[in-house]
Amino acid sequence: MTDNQWEVFSYEAVITAAVLYFLAMLAYFFELAVLRTATKESELATVGATAGGVSGAPAAGEPPAPTRRGVVAGRLGLVLTIFAVVIHFVALVARGLAADPNRVPWGNMYEFTISGTFVVALIFVLATTRIDIEWLGPLVTTFVVAALMAAFLGLDDTVLPLPDALNSPWLVIHVVAAVISTGAFTIGALLSALYLVKSRSDAPTGYLARVPDLKVLDRLSYRMHAFGFPVWTFAVLITGPIWAHQAWGAYWNWDPKEVWAFITWVVYAAYLHARATAGWRGRNAAILALVGAATLWFNFIGINFFSSSSQHSYAESVAPEMSVVVGLPGPVEAAQEVGVVVGADHPRA
Amino acid sequence: MTDLQPDLRQRPSDDRQATALPTDLTARELGRWTWRQLTSMRTALVLLLLLALAAIPGSVIPQENIDSLAVSQWRDDHPRLAPIWDRLDLFSVYGSVWFSAIYILLMVSLVGCIIPRLFVYARALRARPPRAPRHLTRLPESASYTTDDAPEVVLARAAEELKGRRFRVARADDSVDAERGYLREAGNLVFHLAVIVVLVGVAAGSLLGYKGGVILLNGEDYGFSNNLTQYDDFAPGALFDPDVMEPFSFSITDFDVDWITEGERAGMAREFVAELDYRTEPGGEDKTYDLRVNHPLSIGGTDVFLIGHGYAPVITIRDGEGNIAKRGPVVFLPTNAQTFESFGVVKAPFARPGQIGLEGTFYPTFAMGQDADGNLTMPASVFGEALDPLVSLSVWTGNIGVDDGSAQSVYVLDKADATQVTRKDGRPFRMDLRPGETATLPDGLGTVTFDGLQRWNKIQVSRSPGSLVALSGVVVALIGLLGSLFVRPRRMWVRARRRDDGTTVVEVARLDRSSGGDPEDGADELADVVAALQGEQGQTGSRTNSNEEEQS
Repeated sequence: MTDNQWEVFSYEAVITAAVLYFLAMLAYFFELAVLRTATKESELATVGATAGGVSGAPAAGEPPAPTRRGVVAGRLGLVLTIFAVVIHFVALVARGLAADPNRVPWGNMYEFTISGTFVVALIFVLATTRIDIEWLGPLVTTFVVAALMAAFLGLDDTVLPLPDALNSPWLVIHVVAAVISTGAFTIGALLSALYLVKSRSDAPTGYLARVPDLKVLDRLSYRMHAFGFPVWTFAVLITGPIWAHQAWGAYWNWDPKEVWAFITWVVYAAYLHARATAGWRGRNAAILALVGAATLWFNFIGINFFSSSSQHSYAESVAPEMSVVVGLPGPVEAAQEVGVVVGADHPRA
Repeated sequence: MTDLQPDLRQRPSDDRQATALPTDLTARELGRWTWRQLTSMRTALVLLLLLALAAIPGSVIPQENIDSLAVSQWRDDHPRLAPIWDRLDLFSVYGSVWFSAIYILLMVSLVGCIIPRLFVYARALRARPPRAPRHLTRLPESASYTTDDAPEVVLARAAEELKGRRFRVARADDSVDAERGYLREAGNLVFHLAVIVVLVGVAAGSLLGYKGGVILLNGEDYGFSNNLTQYDDFAPGALFDPDVMEPFSFSITDFDVDWITEGERAGMAREFVAELDYRTEPGGEDKTYDLRVNHPLSIGGTDVFLIGHGYAPVITIRDGEGNIAKRGPVVFLPTNAQTFESFGVVKAPFARPGQIGLEGTFYPTFAMGQDADGNLTMPASVFGEALDPLVSLSVWTGNIGVDDGSAQSVYVLDKADATQVTRKDGRPFRMDLRPGETATLPDGLGTVTFDGLQRWNKIQVSRSPGSLVALSGVVVALIGLLGSLFVRPRRMWVRARRRDDGTTVVEVARLDRSSGGDPEDGADELADVVAALQGEQGQTGSRTNSNEEEQS
């Protein structure tokens, strides 16, 4: 296939994956709806049973036993998600093959988003094989669908060759680590948000009743962060500086992206520190985790709108990435001061 | 409860100690109280969050040492705010007093916390595992069974089993006490110590290192040797010593760019290669290196980077008396990063009868712009490669201020005492030259020839000693971090007591001392140990109890 065909194929695959995620989301929602009505029925049944003097109805406070239809819908949701992840992966590979020369598919914002959502969905699917976390399905699929829609509407970008500064093996190592930790932190944040919502509610039915105990939510969220933090450290404080040294001549430049990556690191360090030593659990820890996720996503999207001087700034389609001002001593009009550029511009990211 | 949260005991962090404000203190007590506050966990946490908060302004407000051009623009746009921002050091956040104060306090707090913990840890390493609590079965994770084996046999088997599980094991009269997972605290300590190492490495780099830039014309004739006088801009650290500069020298023999001519990115350039001839020391062996983006040349502890490129038109000025007043390539600085439209100045202060100063624009690929109606507008460069180069210059004469010996930028024409040369009709004289063309200046000032094109490269040279120290620090910190996050310290106790009826009651308990441990794993380990103890021996009954650990 030609590059162009690969690109079109990649788009179609992403759309297919998005549709599958959407269907998975519907299946999960259907499961919740069934759950809600089923619980009401079982409550009625319980009342009836109690009246009849027969024990064996679900005890109060126990998660309601899902009905058969609910179970099928939940299974369907997971299967659809797995299919979507596979097609999502195909889309990423096709995107890489669409570039000339072929490359890893995270050269700009659109590509980073489809890679990041893939990792979120993949972590979720992998986690379901090890721990009981299928109840997170509705949130994960909703998030992935929303992010893919945003990528299509706001970030769409054609396949472009990589500029020189991005053309490095560190692109693979640095960005893979960043994407994986972003995925883990994102799921951790979903769990923390869920914790906060559930802690304010004691609804005996519906989604929140399906979700496990606060204690379990708290622990799962911690483990996502404990996994993400070392990977983030590797991405931001080891591979980042090594690459920055090679490409920009200094291992730390206080570039806005670097600053925010550092802020995210510090916030998550505080999160782990607070848990380990000050005994912060539950609510406080969840709030801190959400602050961390906010800095993470602000760094990914928001900072591009605040600062155009960033060497990581890919907000414009053709932006100089390596503009070094040659200091002109003496009174100079602004227009005469000059960015000397090794025209290595990033595509959007 | 204190047993469940051992970390709390090692650092004063509970409310009582951290907030009790003492009255009537002696200076010494006040000092101790302040020290305890500073090294408390809560303070460390606050300082950590403060550090994150303090880093924000630097990412939003332009920074002097990163983008001084943006700073001066910001100053022009906000004349009222700028002085206030200046006073708050907001244009150099990361070197400011308040930012430094936060991380220095954080480091002091860290050291003050880590050193006592080192001693605690050293003692813990030598200490035997703590003795079994009296009522093992009251622990959240516990099990008990009865057997016909003698207590001695059970305990011997328990010691064997726990040793096999890499626990540290100690025997007491009626129990086996075991503990493992000492590496967690070790990892924790290593992480914190490594953070200090990183800081030392970074500080060494910024104090002892330097970073300099030079614009170097291509060609054997134009060389650079690494000493202070050769740099265009130079930023040394506070404790920089020029003697450490390695005596290498180099020249750029060729420079290649791959211009993209079609597709979405047409006009963009990539794959910059500057071919370098270099010597590591005077009289040394000649070597070559292809200097590219992402591929710096390392000479000793110094790195040479390719940062930028541009054009230098070769211009000859003959003065009114026919003498060559100026000849050679003149560096023009790009004003547009894509089209390489460039601005430059040529000075001939010794031209007679009058000094000559030229100022103007270089267009690598010249074209007249067109407005919507097709009328010609401003001239422009349409492509970065020199396909149809043209230089457009205006002329100044009088005193261009070079001969008085004062320092002056080669990129700026001092027009204070100069007058612009005009045509007969009074409009400014302007000449547009293609390579090989010559223009004659009005008023018998002389001629200007555009002989051809040279290229130049912007080279950055930097030396940051301690960067390897910092890097190894981060790597060690990461390893320590992994230990402190994933090693799960835990204790196990086995107690066996003979009952009156001749059977033996065996109690096994487990205490998970990590946060975030998985209760299923804990229950599994407990069950495995119990199963191993029971072996194939008959037992008369067993009971397990593995509630989840109570968390505060």
